[in-house]
Formats: sequence, C-alpha cells, structure tokens
Amino acid sequence: MPNFSFRVNGSEKNADVSPETPLLWVLRDTLHLTGTKFGCGAGLCGACSVHINGALTRSCITPVSQVAGKSVTTIEGLGADSLHPLQKAWIAEDVPQCGYCQSGQIMAAAALLQKTPHPTDQQITEFMTGNICRCGTYERIRRAIHRASAGGAK
Amino acid sequence: MSPLSRRAFLGRSAAAGAGLVIGFYFPKSSSAQTAGVFSPNAYLRITPDEKITIVVARTEMGQGVWTALPMILAEELEVDLKQITIEQAGASTLFGDQGTGGSASVRTTWDPMRKAGAQAREMLISAAATQWGVPRESCKAESAAIVHSATGRKLSYGSLATKASTLPIPDNPPLKSGDYKLVGKSTPRLDTPSKVNGSAQYGIDFHIAGMKYASLARCETVGGKVADFDATAAKEMPGVTFVGKIGDSAVAVVADSTWNALKARRALKITWDEGPNKGLNSAAIFEALHNADESKPVKFFSVGDISNASGKQIEAEYRLPFMAHAPMEPGNCSAHFRGDECELWAPTQVPQDCRDTVAPLVGLKPEQVKVNVTLLGGGFGRRLEHDYAVEAALVSKAINAPIKIIWTREDDMRCSTYRPVSLHKLSATIGDDGLPTSFRHRIVGPSINGQKGSQPVNGVDSDFPDEASFTYPIPNVSLESVVTETPVPLGWMRSVYALQMGFATESFIDELAAAAGKDPFEYRMHLLSKDTEIKYFDTSWSTARMRNVLKLAAEKAGWGKSLAAGRHHGIACFGCFSTYAADVVEISMENGAPRVHRVVSVVDCGQVVNPNILEQQIQGAVVYGLANALRAQITIDKGKVVQGNFDTYQPIRMNEAPKVEGYFVPSTEAPTGIGEPPIPPLAPALCNAIYAATKKRVRALPIQS
Repeated sequence: MPNFSFRVNGSEKNADVSPETPLLWVLRDTLHLTGTKFGCGAGLCGACSVHINGALTRSCITPVSQVAGKSVTTIEGLGADSLHPLQKAWIAEDVPQCGYCQSGQIMAAAALLQKTPHPTDQQITEFMTGNICRCGTYERIRRAIHRASAGGAK
Repeated sequence: MSPLSRRAFLGRSAAAGAGLVIGFYFPKSSSAQTAGVFSPNAYLRITPDEKITIVVARTEMGQGVWTALPMILAEELEVDLKQITIEQAGASTLFGDQGTGGSASVRTTWDPMRKAGAQAREMLISAAATQWGVPRESCKAESAAIVHSATGRKLSYGSLATKASTLPIPDNPPLKSGDYKLVGKSTPRLDTPSKVNGSAQYGIDFHIAGMKYASLARCETVGGKVADFDATAAKEMPGVTFVGKIGDSAVAVVADSTWNALKARRALKITWDEGPNKGLNSAAIFEALHNADESKPVKFFSVGDISNASGKQIEAEYRLPFMAHAPMEPGNCSAHFRGDECELWAPTQVPQDCRDTVAPLVGLKPEQVKVNVTLLGGGFGRRLEHDYAVEAALVSKAINAPIKIIWTREDDMRCSTYRPVSLHKLSATIGDDGLPTSFRHRIVGPSINGQKGSQPVNGVDSDFPDEASFTYPIPNVSLESVVTETPVPLGWMRSVYALQMGFATESFIDELAAAAGKDPFEYRMHLLSKDTEIKYFDTSWSTARMRNVLKLAAEKAGWGKSLAAGRHHGIACFGCFSTYAADVVEISMENGAPRVHRVVSVVDCGQVVNPNILEQQIQGAVVYGLANALRAQITIDKGKVVQGNFDTYQPIRMNEAPKVEGYFVPSTEAPTGIGEPPIPPLAPALCNAIYAATKKRVRALPIQS
C-alpha cells in the first residue's frame, strides 16, 4: 500500500493505507489520536473537524492522499504548550455536556477567530452552524467564543 | 484506557479548579478491606497517601453525574472537590440498580451518597478522638481533616485511614439538613478539561493491543433476516480477516482498521429474507392507530365520573411520529471473549442489564462477563439497548480476539429503536364559566415495555407512572390507554411518554382556554388556583408547586406585556419524573414557519445540587425538545426507515437555537429529575405560540412535516 507522509501537530507521521482512506480513520486508528470524532461520515456534522495547513477541514471526507506533505492540526495539538485560548474559554464557560462534538466545535471556532478575531453574534452563528451538538450547548459555545475573542479566560 | 494523571490534570486546569482521575472500579467483594485502606462502603476509599476516591455508579452521558454525585458525597465527608479523584464503576453488585435514565441519577443516589460520606466522616471523627483521647463531640470534620477545636490539633483523613478502617460502620450517621457547602452551589464540571483537549475517552475511542475492527451489515427491513450471503469479494479486500453471520440478521466484516471494515462491508453480497414487514409504511401505521380496537381502554387515572359531566363538548386529536435518539457518538462497543470470560468496554446506560443480556448469548454466566463503562457521547435512552454489546461479544467470540464494532450514522438511524408513534384523543366539557367539568385523554399506541416483554403496571406501560401526571384538579378526569402492536422496534427516548402526554394535554388545555375566551396563562393559573395534591400512581402532585413554576416562567418571559412586532408567546406546563416544569416560547412566523427566538424554562426539581449543570440540562432539553417539535420524524417505507443521516434527520444547529433562560424555584424538598422534565412543555408551548400567531392549531408533530 502507498505510504503517505504528513505532519500532525508538528510531528512527522506516516501511514501505510489505501489512498482513499479518510484522514479521520488514519488519525484515530493508525495514529491513535482519538480526540477527532466520527459523527456522520458525510461531512454533515463537523465532529471530525481538523485544520489542514490552517484550513478548517472535515477529516471524515478527506482522503489521506490529499493530505500528503501537508500539516494537520487536531484538538490534541491546538494549543502548542498550553491550552488554546478557546480551550480555556470552553473551561471557563463550562461548555461541554457529553462533550463528543466539542473537539470539532473548538476546531471550527479556532478557524473562525483566525479569520475574524472579534466576531459578532451573527458571524458566530453563520460560521458555527456547520457543527451539530445534540446536547444543545450552543449558547455556551457562543459565550466561550466571545470570551476568547475578548482576551481569554478571566 | 490511559487515565489522565492527576498531576498533569491539575497543571492544566487551574481555571476549572477541580481534580479528576478516571479509573475502572471492580472491588473483589463488598466486605474486602485492604490493609490501610479506609473504605466503609463501595462509594468511597481513603488511603494513607491522602487519596480520596469517590466511585460513581451511574453513567456519565453529558448530564453531569461525574460532578453532581461526588458533590453529594463530598458534602457529607467535608472534603473539597479539589481533594478527590473519581472512578467510574463498571457493572457491579454493590450499588443496587446502576441504570442511568429516567432523570433518576441524583434523585436515587441522593440518600446513598450522603450516607456514604457521612459514615466515613463519623468514623474519621471517632478515629481522631480515640487517638487524641478527647470526646468525639470536641472534634469536627473540615476540609479532609479532623480538627480538635479546643487545641487546634489536626489530623488528615489519610493519616486516620488505617485506624478508621478498624472501627464499626454506623448504620444511620447524622445527615445535614441544610447549610450546605457544596450542594446548591454552581460548580464547574469535573469532566470539562478532558472534554476540551481530546483526552476524554468515549466507547468509540477504546483501544487495546491486538484489537480488530468490525462493521456489520444488518437487515434494514424491520424484522428481516439474512437469507444468504457471498463473502468472496469482501474477503479479498485489504486487511479483512473474517466475514461471518452474526445472529439472524447481520453479517460482520472484521478488518485491521475501521475504514477497511467499512469498505469491505460494501463488497458483501447479501440476500435478505425481508419477512412479513416488507410492505410496511408510515401511512398504514397511522391508519392502524386510527382503526385500533378501542373497546377495552385501560383507565390508568380517574377522578369522578366523566359520563356525569355536562357542558359544551370540545374534542381534538393529536398525533406524534416515531423519532430517533441520534446521539452524536454512533453505536459502538469493544469486547474481548477469552473462553471462560468476556470483557466489554461499553458505552452503556445499563451495565448490569448489558452483562446479564450478553452472558447467555456467548455461553457464559453473568459473573463471567465484566462490563467496563465508558463515557457516552450522548445517551438520550439509545444506550439503554444492548445491541452494540451483544454484537461485539458475538464477533469477539467468533474471531477469538478483541474487537471494536462501530456503527455508521446510517446504521444508527435505520437499525435503532424508536420513540413510539401515538394518537391522542382528547375531549372535555366546559361549563358556562369556561372551566372544564370533565377531561378525557385516551392515548392509542404501542407500548415500549410491552414490546420488550415487561409487565404492565395497573394495565398500562410501566413507564406511565413516572412519565406522566395530571395536575389540574378538574372534577371528572379519565386518562386511558389503548395499546396497539407494531413490529417497529421501540425504545425509550429522552422524556419518553412524557413528550406525548405533555404535548397532547397542554395543547388541549390551550384549546380549552381559547374556547373559554381566556388568556392561556391565566386559565392555567385559575385551574391550579386551589391548593391541593393530586395522587397520580405513587406521586402526589401539588397544584401550588406547579403554579409557582408557571408563574415564574410567565414573569421572566414577560407574559402579557407587549412584545416586539410579529412576536408571539406560547406557554405550557407539565410534570414528570416528580419534577414540575413550565416553558414559555417566544416566536415569530417567517414564511409560514415558526422561528423560536427565546425560551424561558422553569423547573421545581426539589433541592438543586449544582445550578451550573441544571442550566446545562435545561438548555439541552430545550434544544432537544425543539428538534422533536420541529422535524424529528422517522418514517417507514417498504418496511425500512427512510431517514439515514443528518441531511434527512436534521437536529437543531446554532442558527436555529433560541436564547434559553433556565430558572428554578428554590426548594429544600429531596431532589427530583432534571434531564427530561423541561422537554414535554416545549412542543405544546411552541404550538400554542403558533396558534397565538396564526389562530391555527398544530395537532400533529413534527411541525415541519
């Protein structure tokens, strides 16, 4: 099988898998980075969100062949040495309930703040509507994004 | 599992300010006392190295039991949450029923957890008093230590553990009756830090060396089976190590990765025996409800005699569809069958039932099956079923190796158990004053517990006592059940029958208010105005408590005050799981569809343990209830579920999530349920708001059908 090389959270990684294998399963089964979640397998829920070369991407529908040579960031590597301001804000607002979708929510929010450091409610809604939470944590997600945007956890 | 170390955790979680270590708890026996370990009961261990471990014997599925239950014990033990570690209990014989559901975790462990903490506290006080040679009364417990107030001497719990473990265990230790340090205080969840850095371990994340991955093709036709299958092509796919029939209705593909298993599954050629239901469809199912034999309804609640009442007759029919739980974490379970034992790592709400169900199917006794409970990526009742665990155990036995089975989203949508359909026939007579002189509610539909083979209570589904109520003191009332049959698998979905009963009851009460020309809030308040208690099965429902939640909801929502142009209010209240709940929904109509802007949701659930989690549960219940009301619908065509993924079964996303304000009526009564009660009033309050906006009644869910 082809051997694909790419960086994950700053480290060089290889995967001997067939080229159409979604990045999600390479992260989870091959590299044992299980913070990135399987929710729908169809790019509909956002639980599998990661950054590829800084761009928000649904790893469940991204073949590993498209990732070769690129740099992937997952929830485990979002904060370099400490927590990302959004993770701190997520703790300060006590956002998660079951927590299963929250990796994807945080990765999406990080991409939002990268582009729009001080989003309005409307901008948050438009950007975050791609991510489903069945526990209904949306209000606290919004509050946490505002908190991080305003300078982090107090 | 790789437990997060306490040190690493504390280093990263200053903002949350609480510690957490998760391990699996499997005591050898209830009386086992390891030297030096102080463990007066199964919920608690204190060791000389000052480690205080609290065991949680319910499943954490988002509702906060990893925080709320330790708070209850820690309150009596006089320790701070920063000083404890927690352990998740697997299936055990030490904790009674470990089932997590029915909004019951706090209300059923409130007394045992308090007692567990108090027993230890009293014994630690005795140990210190003995050591110092002072009267017990001169010692007090404070922040994981016993203090001798007169001299200021102090002994830590760890240093007292060995001595305390030799003392008699008090049967009835004194319990606090108020003046709580932890209970009632808004407290950050202990599981939050692990849920924002990817380290939280759900069932789907489990891994052990040598583990294989399986995907199963199941017959999607209700009740169908595998007639024949050709595995030739699938077996040639990369990484595939096994293909075989599992049970009567599924074929499993085992491979070296999830993706290889999924891919090879698509290469299976299966001939299905679709059986007797291949022509089944939703229209026929609803027609059967309408044509049900109603000659022998079971009256499960009755006041006075409705046949004696006179007045203007009002009738209405309401209808609800099948619904799917759709938790974010699709079905999965890991298992390792090792000949004379089988170990499971199961995202389950019912570890003991899981153990007892799996054991005979793999030829073992229950005590030979060990069930570890993982975190759940949502439960909502879906994980009260054992299908994932049974499949995992059977596949592991077939391949003689550890296995993780993973369901796809489509598997979860199409091969699940569903909230049952129901038809509700309501009728009332109202007097000249507009008030009802009689009220009848007949629910026609299949019984979840009946289908699963458990006995009815007073002739009705055994869930009815907890999941319905009647709180209006109307002189003549009859609640009746007509049970029908369906081959569609049924399951308990968040708030279960309370959703159906609440929707029909509170929609109809609104219709009566309209017929009387009264304001819907004032009408309800008037109906509840007399202070009384109504006995419904074993629960006494207080009109005063229901009035209080209704009144607070109306006040907070600004009921009766002028709203922005185009905005309309709807209100409803309902009791279930011994909790009183009222929702006020504010909407506008956009292109004929409601847009929900704001929901005020009020509960009286007795003593609140953690207002922070209470707010989460209310917000979550409103969003879940809104999906139920707007478009959650499973339809059947040609014997199969039509919906497959989140494009055809659409949950609420942020763009539709309303502003939710949750409140509770302060109470010192024992805690009651909170995970489900805010849901039942939501759909009727929304439909009542639609009526306020359009003068049209929505009598069938989902609204967007």
